Amino acid sequence: MSEQKKYMTLNMGPQHPATHGVLKVILELEGEVIHRAIPVIGHLHRGVEKLGESKTYIQNIVYTDRLDYTSAMINNLAYCLAVEKLMNIEVPERAKVIRVIMSELSRIAAHLIWLATHALDIGAMTLYFYCFREREKILDMWEMVSGQRLTPSYIRIGGLLADLPEGFMDKLKEFVDTFDAHVDEYDKLLSKNPIWLARTKDIGIISAEDAISWGLTGPALRGSGVKFDYRKAQPYCGYEEYEFDVPVGSKGDNYDRYLVRMEELRQSNRILKQAIKRLPEGPIKAHVPEIVFPDKDLVLKNIEALIHQFKIGCGGFTVPKGEVYASVENAKGELGFYIVSDGSSMPYRFRIKSSCFVNLSALPEIVKGSMIADVVAVIGSIDIVLGEIDR
Amino acid sequence: MIDWSLVIFTFVKVVVVFACVMLCVAYLTWIERKVIGHIQIRVGPMYAGWHGLLQPIADGIKLFFKEDIIPRNANKFLFILAPTLSIIPALMTFAVIPFGDYTTFFGLLKNPEPMRIAELNVGILYIFALAGLGSYGVVFGGWSANNKYALMGALRGSAQMISYELALTLSVIGVIMISGSLNLVEIVNAQKNVWNVVYQPVAFIMYLICGIAELNRTPFDMPEAESELVAGFHADYSSMKFAMFFMAEYANMITVASLATTLFLGGWHGPFLPPLVWFMIKVFILIFFFIWVRATYPRVRFDQLMKLGWKVMVPIALANIFVTGLVMMLLN
Repeated sequence: MSEQKKYMTLNMGPQHPATHGVLKVILELEGEVIHRAIPVIGHLHRGVEKLGESKTYIQNIVYTDRLDYTSAMINNLAYCLAVEKLMNIEVPERAKVIRVIMSELSRIAAHLIWLATHALDIGAMTLYFYCFREREKILDMWEMVSGQRLTPSYIRIGGLLADLPEGFMDKLKEFVDTFDAHVDEYDKLLSKNPIWLARTKDIGIISAEDAISWGLTGPALRGSGVKFDYRKAQPYCGYEEYEFDVPVGSKGDNYDRYLVRMEELRQSNRILKQAIKRLPEGPIKAHVPEIVFPDKDLVLKNIEALIHQFKIGCGGFTVPKGEVYASVENAKGELGFYIVSDGSSMPYRFRIKSSCFVNLSALPEIVKGSMIADVVAVIGSIDIVLGEIDR
Repeated sequence: MIDWSLVIFTFVKVVVVFACVMLCVAYLTWIERKVIGHIQIRVGPMYAGWHGLLQPIADGIKLFFKEDIIPRNANKFLFILAPTLSIIPALMTFAVIPFGDYTTFFGLLKNPEPMRIAELNVGILYIFALAGLGSYGVVFGGWSANNKYALMGALRGSAQMISYELALTLSVIGVIMISGSLNLVEIVNAQKNVWNVVYQPVAFIMYLICGIAELNRTPFDMPEAESELVAGFHADYSSMKFAMFFMAEYANMITVASLATTLFLGGWHGPFLPPLVWFMIKVFILIFFFIWVRATYPRVRFDQLMKLGWKVMVPIALANIFVTGLVMMLLN
């Protein structure tokens, strides 16, 4: 007869300050050491994928905003790229560059939230406010282009919602010029801090092989030393024309993932600088009248344009039969959309491949045998957003 | 025959010190919020009164009228006892702290009165004994609530306080050896010319580190650790019971700062300004330091904290005592 060991069960979440939303982790503890961790998801399930089947292709854009709400623009982009691929639409050059600008701004915005909350989880609360100071500027820029701060829906099928407003480029240039100094500031607060090193180094290790077999993507994968980035591996929006490095870690611990994201902040800024120089004049929408809204000033003056807008707005447009998968490098990893079209104006099937979901699945393996405080640090380090996990 | 004048004087002094300490505790919350606010590019409380000066009073009134919740499965007796056990020792320590030398209150009194409630010949022991009692508040509070997070907080708290109390006590032994007394007043008087921090720099730094650990403040705020244990031992407390834990924490902060001032920074000694003012200046510089540390550092992990306590702090403290003894012997 074997004596069964008894563990203390601790429900971490769904209302816990450090689980980044409504994640629940059931911890089986032996003292403070974790014997088993079981993530429980679904508290934020909204049925986005099912809803997508009863909405037109245009209406679906707003649902993508609400996936990873820290970097909404990239989600718009991933979805629009999938539909454009299915319909074989080529977007004009100016729109492409603006899309790159917006995705890199989203990446910075998302990484700033990651840094803020990761530091806060480990107890350094001041950095939180410094990060949000910078993020605020990005949100202001998004508000300028779309009128929305968190859910811009700015990137549309066939192009963009509208051209960049006056004053946007000045604001962007100012942001880009000052941002590197701010990253150095964050660096100074954390990177060599002995307590920070003690809390992140050699903690939450996942090896390169494990990371690949778990299917991790994004900084969580690159932290383990695998050089894989969709912007390089499968370029979209002309990413192949930009110069940037893909930072990788070596051990795959919290500190490596931290360094990778810090470097990505700088690299994103580098891409932004190039994009500002590159930005050409020209149209921002593809010339495909049956799917692209007419210009707003035309709609206000011209009855045909008004009818045109009304037609697309109400009924949407039909998409040729077929299926497509397109993915982008989101701040957290691969964000992919799989769309099956039956030839109508709504998708027959609408599936989302979320990197957060995949990355979270490795959590039990990573935190096994570590302490309670490490669970919080690892959740912060693999950087999840529940909006994308639960969909 | 009872000396009534002594009784009345002591009573008045107790009331005055109590009132001042409570006022300081209340305004320490305001100072902490303001200082951290400005460090974090915010402004802190602004609405209640001029620059939020009435905020502590507003908070007090709010907490007073909050519903007092006792969890159904809690051990009611211990649950009520815990906050009391926290705050009473925290306030009792002020009985022996020397705020200043003799004073006549601008000539109001015929005989100069000492600016302290009691002069105890084992003052340091008394304070450490009370600090030890205070940790029962954390343990009972966490255990009685019947909540796992609170229990973990209490376990961490008791382990941390016991280990750091040891290092804290060992760190001041050097001072005691130099001044040859446990009496706080005599220790201050011995520093008239040179502050103890000059003789005992290592002990001073260790005292500050262990003091922060003893106070359960960042980077050693294990029992609370809001991102791990939500609020730790006081997770289930509300209303005035919660406020009492808070007041105890801030009162302890003043105690640790006062004791550091007394033991290492020459107490009330200083040129030009009155003794009490010097004492307050030193205490508030130390308190600012505690707040600054809180705003800057991340939190260490529990096992790292214990390792630091037993494997670094205690050996260094012992070495410090040894070196102090050796030097004193050689100089004599």
